[in-house]
Amino acid sequence: MTVLLETRNVSKSYGEFRALDQVTMAVREGELVSVVGPNGAGKTTLVNLLTGLLEPTAGEVLFRGNNIAGVGPVALADHGLARAFQLIQIFPQLTVRETIAAAVVSRQKKRWRILARLSSDAGIDARVAEVADIFGLGPRLDTVAAALSQGEKKLLDVASAFALDPQVILLDEPTSGVSTSDKHGIMKTLIAAAKRAGVKAIVLVEHDMDLVAAYSHRIIALSEGQVLADLPPDRFFADTHLIETVIGRRRGH
Amino acid sequence: MKGPLAVALLGTVAFALLPYIVPAYYVGLMIPFFGYAIALLGFNLLFGYTGLLSFGHAMFLGIGAYGAAVMTGLGFKSFELMLVVVILASVAIALPIGLLCVRYVGIFFGMLTLAFGMLFHSFLFKFYYVTGGDSGTRVARMKILGLEFAKYNKIEFLAGPFYYYCLGLLIIGGFLMWRIVHSPFGLHLRTIRDNARKAEYLGVHVHRFRLAAFVISAAFGAVGGAILGFRVGLADPELVYWTQSGQLVFMAVLGGFANFFGPIVGALSYILLQDQLQSLTQYWRFVLGAILALIVIAFPQGIAGLAVQLKRLVAGRPA
Repeated sequence: MTVLLETRNVSKSYGEFRALDQVTMAVREGELVSVVGPNGAGKTTLVNLLTGLLEPTAGEVLFRGNNIAGVGPVALADHGLARAFQLIQIFPQLTVRETIAAAVVSRQKKRWRILARLSSDAGIDARVAEVADIFGLGPRLDTVAAALSQGEKKLLDVASAFALDPQVILLDEPTSGVSTSDKHGIMKTLIAAAKRAGVKAIVLVEHDMDLVAAYSHRIIALSEGQVLADLPPDRFFADTHLIETVIGRRRGH
Repeated sequence: MKGPLAVALLGTVAFALLPYIVPAYYVGLMIPFFGYAIALLGFNLLFGYTGLLSFGHAMFLGIGAYGAAVMTGLGFKSFELMLVVVILASVAIALPIGLLCVRYVGIFFGMLTLAFGMLFHSFLFKFYYVTGGDSGTRVARMKILGLEFAKYNKIEFLAGPFYYYCLGLLIIGGFLMWRIVHSPFGLHLRTIRDNARKAEYLGVHVHRFRLAAFVISAAFGAVGGAILGFRVGLADPELVYWTQSGQLVFMAVLGGFANFFGPIVGALSYILLQDQLQSLTQYWRFVLGAILALIVIAFPQGIAGLAVQLKRLVAGRPA
């Protein structure tokens, strides 16, 4: 399978502190790869490197063969890599329609149309309706984002990222702040939506081992900035020592 | 979309009929209203739609007024040509200043624009030979649409042809701004206002778009400033002083920056309030200040927001 997103011997240091040390990983077409590890293992740094927000101290970050180290979020969106945040990110005063349309405008490269009427652009409208439909937000198109329920806000956040037609989407704890009973519902919606939207791979950063076990094709475990394991779920969960390290026994206990 | 169009048409008809209804004094008072309203359309693209509060916007009023003075000083008498020149000048000046300022938001953006405004003010003060220093420099009478209107004296000219000319400019400016804020470009500006970080991840060029909004707002400011300078016949450093920038903020808040028409309503209310209060008391600034405080505390949506609320209230409870 084609490699879509990879890091090669990537290190990132903040002064003396080495957040990531020689990390090599790859995400292939058709995969859902989970990144797990205790707090401070370097997950956030890795995500920020993968999304071009940070530049590595050493090594390469490649997206479909192009170096994307430090290119920034906008260029990344143009390349076809989208990210949804752990904390829900919405535009409080914009409607569901406008929020999704913002991404569609970027995707269709219509952002410099200064005097064109957004409301009469059928190309944008059709795509917005399609995306809203996938996420069950169709009936809420004209609702202001601030007035949505917490679960709907989460869906809108992810839906707007999907509207970029990304090849790879990076989900940072997509079910945080969602009740336990809804977790699987949200994950299933996301994965089904990704398939319908033509997303080729998903990178999931997740604490919840239930979700990781249920949906991953491969699990990458980080610890103290290094790759501890890169295994399919059955082999990963067979290793009790590994799981203890990843779930993180608190120091001093 | 019917509501805003109705408001715009109603407003146009009302202003077109105004010279036949009210005394000439009030007609003349509408010229600064037009100037401020056009400037505020631009100011609010930056403030209400992009979320950047500029405290130095009077600088662009100054570029308009001094541009008019320089052009008439050089013997050019066409108002339209002058408008083109001041728009280009404001764009040329706003680009480098904007490049520096748009990297910052909130109070830092405000302070930086304030600083540039003050710099421009001291430039006007010190470069006496170019600007006339504290006494300013004269803006001579100009032709509009190539017509001299020689049989009108200045007052008649302002209250007659020039009044309608400015009304026309406000309509054109209002139409352009309406299209801008309702375009894909305008949508991206609003995403920046609401959540710049998320916007970036949706492919919004945050810095470039802030800069574009800054430059467009500067051009509107220059057109407004040219009208203000022409009306008084003088480009004067007072027009660029930071209190003028504050006055623009005041007008936007008074009218309601969340509403497209808010700044226009704000400019009109401010001009009328100031005129009435000045004739009543020498402490008019005190009263204006109290009104601003009241608006911010009790009606943060401004007059336009209040009108929308009242309309909803009436519509919600039919008699």
